[in-house]
Amino acid sequence: MMRFLLLFSRQGKLRLQKWFTPMSEREKKKIIRDMTTMVLARQPRSCNFLHWKDLKIIYKRYASLYFCLAIENQENELIALEVIHRYVELLDKYFGNVCELDIIFNFEKAYFILDEFLMGGEIQETSKQMVNRSIEASDMLQETMEEYMSKPAF
Amino acid sequence: MQHYGCRQPLNSKEEENPPTCMERSPTQLCCRLARDVTGISKMPAVSKGDGMRGLAVFISDIRNCKSKEAEVKRINKELANIRSKFKGDKALDGYSKKKYVCKLLFIFLLGHDIDFGHMEAVNLLSSNKYTEKQIGYLFISVLVNSNSDLISLINNGIKNDLASRNPTFMNLALHCIANVGSREMAEAFASQIPSILVAGDTMDSVKQSAALCLLRLNRTSPDLVPMGEWTARVVHLLNDQHLGVVTAAASLITTLAQKSPEDFKTSISLAVARLSRIVTSASIDLQDYTYYFVAAPWLSVKLLRLLQCYPPPEDAALRSRLTECLETILNKAQEPPKSKKVQHSNAKNAVLFEAIALIIHHDSEPTLLVRACNQLGQFLQHRETNLRYLALESMCTLASSEFSHEAVKTHIDTVINALKTERDVSVRQRAVDLLYAMCDRSNAKQIVAEMLSYLENADYSIREEMVLKVAILAEKYAVDYTWYVDTILNLIRIAGDYVSEEVWYRVIQIVINQDDVQGYAAKTVFEALQAPACHENLVKVGGYILGEFGNLIAGDSRSSPLVQFNLLHSKFHLCSVPTRALLLSAYIKFINLFPEVKATIQDVLRSDSQLRNADVELQQRAIEYLRLSCIASTDILATVLEEMPPFPERESSILAKLKKKKGPGNLPDIDDTRWNVNGSAEHSEDTESTNKVTPHHPFTDLLNLNSTPSAGASLLVDVLSDISTPAPITVSEDNFSRFVCKNNGVIYEDQLLQIGLKAEYRQNLGRIYVFYGNKTSTQFLSFSSSVTSSDTLKTHILSTAVDPTVDGGAQLQQVVNIECLSDFTDAPVLDIQFRYGGTLQKIAVKLPVMLNKFFQPTEMTSQDFFQRWKQLGVPQQEVQTIFKAQHPMDTDVTNAKILGFGVALLIGVDPNPANFVGAGVIHTKNTQVGCLLRLEPNTQAQMYRLTLRTSRESVSQRLCDLLSDQF
Repeated sequence: MMRFLLLFSRQGKLRLQKWFTPMSEREKKKIIRDMTTMVLARQPRSCNFLHWKDLKIIYKRYASLYFCLAIENQENELIALEVIHRYVELLDKYFGNVCELDIIFNFEKAYFILDEFLMGGEIQETSKQMVNRSIEASDMLQETMEEYMSKPAF
Repeated sequence: MQHYGCRQPLNSKEEENPPTCMERSPTQLCCRLARDVTGISKMPAVSKGDGMRGLAVFISDIRNCKSKEAEVKRINKELANIRSKFKGDKALDGYSKKKYVCKLLFIFLLGHDIDFGHMEAVNLLSSNKYTEKQIGYLFISVLVNSNSDLISLINNGIKNDLASRNPTFMNLALHCIANVGSREMAEAFASQIPSILVAGDTMDSVKQSAALCLLRLNRTSPDLVPMGEWTARVVHLLNDQHLGVVTAAASLITTLAQKSPEDFKTSISLAVARLSRIVTSASIDLQDYTYYFVAAPWLSVKLLRLLQCYPPPEDAALRSRLTECLETILNKAQEPPKSKKVQHSNAKNAVLFEAIALIIHHDSEPTLLVRACNQLGQFLQHRETNLRYLALESMCTLASSEFSHEAVKTHIDTVINALKTERDVSVRQRAVDLLYAMCDRSNAKQIVAEMLSYLENADYSIREEMVLKVAILAEKYAVDYTWYVDTILNLIRIAGDYVSEEVWYRVIQIVINQDDVQGYAAKTVFEALQAPACHENLVKVGGYILGEFGNLIAGDSRSSPLVQFNLLHSKFHLCSVPTRALLLSAYIKFINLFPEVKATIQDVLRSDSQLRNADVELQQRAIEYLRLSCIASTDILATVLEEMPPFPERESSILAKLKKKKGPGNLPDIDDTRWNVNGSAEHSEDTESTNKVTPHHPFTDLLNLNSTPSAGASLLVDVLSDISTPAPITVSEDNFSRFVCKNNGVIYEDQLLQIGLKAEYRQNLGRIYVFYGNKTSTQFLSFSSSVTSSDTLKTHILSTAVDPTVDGGAQLQQVVNIECLSDFTDAPVLDIQFRYGGTLQKIAVKLPVMLNKFFQPTEMTSQDFFQRWKQLGVPQQEVQTIFKAQHPMDTDVTNAKILGFGVALLIGVDPNPANFVGAGVIHTKNTQVGCLLRLEPNTQAQMYRLTLRTSRESVSQRLCDLLSDQF
């Protein structure tokens, strides 16, 4: 089972946090701090895996963003690495050449896409087409952009 | 405070190529950021579906803040704005509500506290606009898990959505349950979800969500997820057409099967069939479930994990089908890659590693195990760091299998090389783990030497663990104790700061328990202490060992008593208080060992810096020791300062520490039975006389520096800490069998209490002295004990009228009288209860009263023996057993054990001098039973054959059972 997924920038700015088990805010902050310091301190071309307490930390850098996934001890590291990659692909497909700014400005979308892909710390749907189809379907349910843009900003 | 956000596409270049926009063109980046901030029309992201302009503006503002203060100010302004909107008279439309809730969420995710808006988010749940509902659910998932007063409202929203039959709404609701996963939600929905999962008309995507939602609830509140008729149908989801459903179901079934394997046994055949279809048939097109030319890697890994919940399939056909799958996976590893992309090799190898994990789990097919080992061997030298890391990790588990242990050992040079050359510390760490796991008697010296030399430059983060590992290996595989002592002293020299107390406690325990190494240890520490700068841990070990065994090297004028004392005392002033306290105890021990330095030491003790030391412990020791040395006669001194008795056998405190550090699951399996070899076990078993129950002289126990219980035991407290919670009492019989051939020793010990026994038997009567030692510094209150026994044994506690309190560190003695009425099997049980720190402690210990205790030895001639042997020739009278030797087959030890068993050892009776023959009579009140025994060792096969003949079948059987596990 996956325990949490964090996305943070090279400056250690957190961009997305997903917790699959209940945790207090204090614990979360501590973990975020531990993860950013630990992962950012890694030399380039090191391996993508770390042990941390009783968890395995799988991380990978995509451009300016670090993706950091914690899995339980008996889980498979390589497939977790591909979980990260598949998520990047899904973001990419949705935003078209996704970059960090997309995730900052559309953070809620990043969460929705993640929810289509993972659930309760397990993989829900591995097919890219399937995930995209359901995201597009939910987008179709929304009102048109023009309708929203006509509303006041504040 | 500038928030950089790179616009480089994430997926274009992975970490191999460092991104360029940051380092090389800061101006360009600034321009972009400026544009982002000022020109909202040039929003950086495509906004499909909807966009919340206000939100984007707000995010831009925040990113534009130059300092933390500015950010806080901007946020407070926004919070005030949102609050006024929520409180305003005008009812907000759904869009505004959504926008504000989303802003609150953003603020929360930035790390600020949010204390309002929950109600508005809950309101969004009942919106019929999907995006509003979605934001409402997101807010709740992220923020609500602690705020339970809204749960009933939220549950209401979820309930409506679950009932809506709209799959997108149902999915949102199921996600929310899985994300929050609180008990209240489990109570409300746990019974409903299984039916959604197995209903025929449920959409596939909802089935997937339902399966994982159920899995989550099962993890958080297993008691609320009822097993039932649905479980069988869930298993059949493994056959589903839709691979997404199969993947989700496989996760659920794996978790359920771990808890109740029997209920999900049918999943084995389905999982093997499914796996086989994916792995072996190239023809099936899995469409989008093929990932970079690898067929359904996620599902394959899941299925292989599910199979790891079970032993190898019993059905031969199924088993061979699975073996075929595993072989195919291993074969594929040798095929050329179908793509150069790392994703291809990762996915392929993910399946391979999971298959190897299953092979190791089954641990039954030697060919597969060796193939797995060879495959990992290839990976050890792979250019991908990830693969080297994983190969080292997997090999650790492989090393514990008897089939592959030898194969793993062949890679020792590669692993040692990895330790020396890997650039990545986490890879080196795995190499250390593997060396530890592959270590055995044959390569211990090499591995320990390599680890010691690596330790000099090892990363600080792993030093302490390495020190523990070296210490454990050195102890476990010590061929001679001189090597062990050298290794540990080296360890202290190289990495003294990382040598935890457990390590030096342990070396002392071993030196105390092993007579033959004491002289060497004294000489070696003496030499090590000569170094101008030595670690304080070395001073501790040196102080303790010279205090106990300094006399063994005092004959040499270079290490005369005075030289030893001066050497130790030269370190005194540089040491911390606990070490000084230990040294003071060493000095008083010197006074006993070497009367000639008494005056010198008394002068030291008498000095102001000791007698008026600011530290109360040091002061007290100095005063007491000085007085003791002045008033006590040599005899009293010799008694009080007698050599420390051997330490009772217990799990190595270092091993306990390592287990704690790594978590029990993480430690490669070590054959714990081998632990005794160098510990005190055999020692205390073989030389009975040394293992007497000695009342502790509190101040001769040097290890006991603080008021905590004895050193090793207090370490175990942590490991066994769950003991303190009142658990159902089980009768302790851990040490029971050790008393078959002896009468004295420690029968029970935990972190609070030690129970020692001393027993005497005459004919059918016995008397046991029970010593209860309070190991804590706190009183035991309402202490009471009772003995229960079967009808055939009469037990009676003589001196029960003792104080119901046992002071901290004190010992209480009790006498139990025993009368044996007729032959018996069940031993009496001693029940103890007392209050410690407010909790009632209950302990039950099986008292080692066995039938053989009532033996009277009978000497007889060879002729008599064989005559009686023939008389007892009825088949029922003879019991025979053949068993493997568990201890070295030493004649003297065996002789001692047979004598300890209670019979007379008849020399020259058996025609084969290697055999042991004994005779005795069991006395019970009603009858006497004559017994003859014969033990035939086969040293080549390391086996024994034991034959017992007595006039009574039950007696033969019982005696045979008792004696056969002593060798």
